[in-house]
Amino acid sequence: MAHADSAARRERAARMHVNLGRRHRNERFIGAALFLCSAVSILTTAGIVAVLLYESSSFFRRVSVVEFLTGRQWTPMFTDQAFGVLPLLTGSVLIAIGAALVALPIGLAAAIYLSEYAQDPVRKVLKPLLEILAGIPTVVYGFFALTFVTPIIRSIWPGAEVYNALSASIVVGIMIIPMVSSLSEDAMSAVPRSLREGAYALGATKYEVATRTVVPAALSGIVASFILAVSRAIGETMIVTIAAGGQANLTLNPLRSVQTMTAYIAQTATGELAHGTVEYQTIFAVGLALFAITLGMNIISIFVLKRFREVYE
Amino acid sequence: MTNGRSPSAAPILQGVPPLQPAPEGDGRHQAVQRDASRFDSRLGPRARMGTVFHLVCLLATLVGIVALGALLYDVIATGSGRLTWAFLNGFPSRFAARAGMKPALIGSLWTLGLTAVIAFPLGVGTAIWLEEYAPASRLRTIVEANIANLAGVPSIVYGMLGLAVFVRYFAMGRSILAGALTLALLILPVIIIASQEAIKAVPNSIRLGAYALGSTRWEAVRHHVLPLALPGILTGTILALSRAIGEAAPLIVVGALAFVPFVPGSPMDPFTVVPIQVFNWVSRPQAEFRELAAAASIVLLVLLLSMNAVAIVLRNRFSRRNQQ
Amino acid sequence: MTESIFEPTTAVELEARDLSVLYGETRAVKGVSIRIPDRQVVAFIGPSGCGKSTLLRCFNRMNDLVPGARVEGEALFQGTNLYGPGVDPVDIRRRIGMVFQKPNPFPKSIHDNIAFGARINGYRGNMDELVERSLRQAALWDEVKDRLNESALALSGGQQQRLCIARALAVEPEVLLMDEPASALDPIATQKIEELIYQLKQDYTVVIVTHNMQQAARVSDYTAFLYMGELVEYGATDRLFTNPREERTEAYITGRFG
Repeated sequence: MAHADSAARRERAARMHVNLGRRHRNERFIGAALFLCSAVSILTTAGIVAVLLYESSSFFRRVSVVEFLTGRQWTPMFTDQAFGVLPLLTGSVLIAIGAALVALPIGLAAAIYLSEYAQDPVRKVLKPLLEILAGIPTVVYGFFALTFVTPIIRSIWPGAEVYNALSASIVVGIMIIPMVSSLSEDAMSAVPRSLREGAYALGATKYEVATRTVVPAALSGIVASFILAVSRAIGETMIVTIAAGGQANLTLNPLRSVQTMTAYIAQTATGELAHGTVEYQTIFAVGLALFAITLGMNIISIFVLKRFREVYE
Repeated sequence: MTNGRSPSAAPILQGVPPLQPAPEGDGRHQAVQRDASRFDSRLGPRARMGTVFHLVCLLATLVGIVALGALLYDVIATGSGRLTWAFLNGFPSRFAARAGMKPALIGSLWTLGLTAVIAFPLGVGTAIWLEEYAPASRLRTIVEANIANLAGVPSIVYGMLGLAVFVRYFAMGRSILAGALTLALLILPVIIIASQEAIKAVPNSIRLGAYALGSTRWEAVRHHVLPLALPGILTGTILALSRAIGEAAPLIVVGALAFVPFVPGSPMDPFTVVPIQVFNWVSRPQAEFRELAAAASIVLLVLLLSMNAVAIVLRNRFSRRNQQ
Repeated sequence: MTESIFEPTTAVELEARDLSVLYGETRAVKGVSIRIPDRQVVAFIGPSGCGKSTLLRCFNRMNDLVPGARVEGEALFQGTNLYGPGVDPVDIRRRIGMVFQKPNPFPKSIHDNIAFGARINGYRGNMDELVERSLRQAALWDEVKDRLNESALALSGGQQQRLCIARALAVEPEVLLMDEPASALDPIATQKIEELIYQLKQDYTVVIVTHNMQQAARVSDYTAFLYMGELVEYGATDRLFTNPREERTEAYITGRFG
């Protein structure tokens, strides 16, 4: 009896085409294909670094690094060429500072409101509305800066130029508000409820709980969000290209036109540039500086997060 | 505590030793001196401060929303007059009255489609590798850190990469293909991170069930994990694509032209996209071109809104279905 | 209404009169009336979910922080209704302190943990003195006096809880509410906390919620047994544990449920 049963079972099993060999070969092939997909991301970084370094190296054979970093005039297109990147750098920094002055306080206050004060139904409406700000294309922001904000600024300060840094930096600031508020709010939500209760139980008001318990406890996340937002402001292209100007002026006056590193690259690239000319290479030299600065800031923000991450228990 | 307990006393009390006072101190108790005047509670000022602060934070939240409203008002008021079928179907021209945005629209759709086709498999493939295949090793950490870093690189740098590698080195010229490849690399980190989240959300019991039946890893992923993660992956992809459709800077560097008086016919053709058309028009001083820029912006915003709406509907539909 | 109201012979510090707490439709505390005498230790015992923590939190208005929580009836502190008009919860919480089940020190230094409450309440004396005084009261001074500037999170669980007690004492409350203060601690730390409570009752009224009946028997002078939001029985701890008047009380303390 038992013999017949197990024989029948073995026969049935043999009929099930388990195909192990083929399936395992498929498996190896697919595993390799998926790994190659991941390799693309590594190749992208490698590509960016390689391209920037390669083209910049040609540039730096013609222009010294010292002149590039410390020169106060940037006129690569004029007959009297000067290759000091400081005007572009100050332009970018000026915009970033203005944007930070707008976005950091407003973003943090909004985050505190959403995290500590707003009731659920209010939050469900306001939070997505703020997120929409993050989704507007930057050309449209640029349009807004030029056609709405600049006239207002010029009516307050009649001496302001048509293209000025203030207008662009305000709008860049508006654009990065959701970045600050979203990341800061995440950091504050991570503060455990028990900490708030402890503060309330000592007789703290809601304002004191928010500012003297929650914000200090979420500080590393908040600071990281600040750094990332400023990095984004430095990397912004279209708003500044449209509204801030195309003259590389070395100035700290926000009412004048400035050219940022990103605007220079965009404005120069729209022209017809012959490969191999020094003008073509300036794009990559400026791009290298831009990449180095934003990379540095992003790394610092990760470092801040890791090193100062608050432990709550 | 007491001695003469009745036999029916709760058993817990038996053998309970009496407490000793804390050993610290000299044994004599010094009564705590309470002096309420040492505390200047200032309840009134603190409460007022709280109200002011609440108001300030609320106003800050509203600033962003008011700015959004101002922007939408500015764009719609300036541009709605120009939104005609002729405008959508026409070609750009030096004369504002006859200018249209058809090449830009078609160019955007071409670019979007190609970008999606390139970025989706690469992004999802990377996410699958990271979540299902890669052992928790230094390699995996490096790949993930690299992706996080790429997410923060300015978009114009991607343009320069595209210019040097796709346009020049691979000699694709200033074509839709070069632009799409560049944009694909740009949004790849967004797709990867969103897909990773969606895959992580699939309960491990599903995988274990598949393995227990003798599935290979790919079979488990393909038949069990991916179907459940797909809505999240699609939502993330659509949101990433909606970012791509609004990008101008990288495509400017790659060479999307400003003046394209024809509709592109193949991936190797020169092209322009809606954001660049907006940029081109807004850069001209005449008021009519500003209006055209606003009209094109409205079209762009509508496209974006539709894509986001699709993503949200998708997310809601599938999260409801999974909860059944 | 409740079953047995115990009449103490000393002054009444806290009192509940027909107090109920509702979360939406659910009644977590049902018409409890109880008198807490001055400078004694009263324990609330009962099975999980019987409302003892909710009742405790009425006395420092911590239930206000739960959206949707409603309080009916009265909770009196030295004769004044805590839920009456013109009573500021911020003021109440300084005078009625609370220690929580899981120690929750702030991620700051030991010194700053204690100084926090004092500063908020506008303390005008010598802060270092206050910190030392509070730590001595909490029987923690000797263990931490050399590391006041180190993070409070570096302390052990039992030390953190004594720090939370010191923190509460620093603002000179009159009542100390303790919500299962030792349930997250090991037996040795628990013993230290219990000895501390025994010491503290000379100066403070202590109300302690505990699910550990032996602890209630060791530490408290009076015990209240709550079940499903109602006060079933309340009396001198000795009497309640040896000669409970209610059937449900006896069932609980002999371990037949809960």
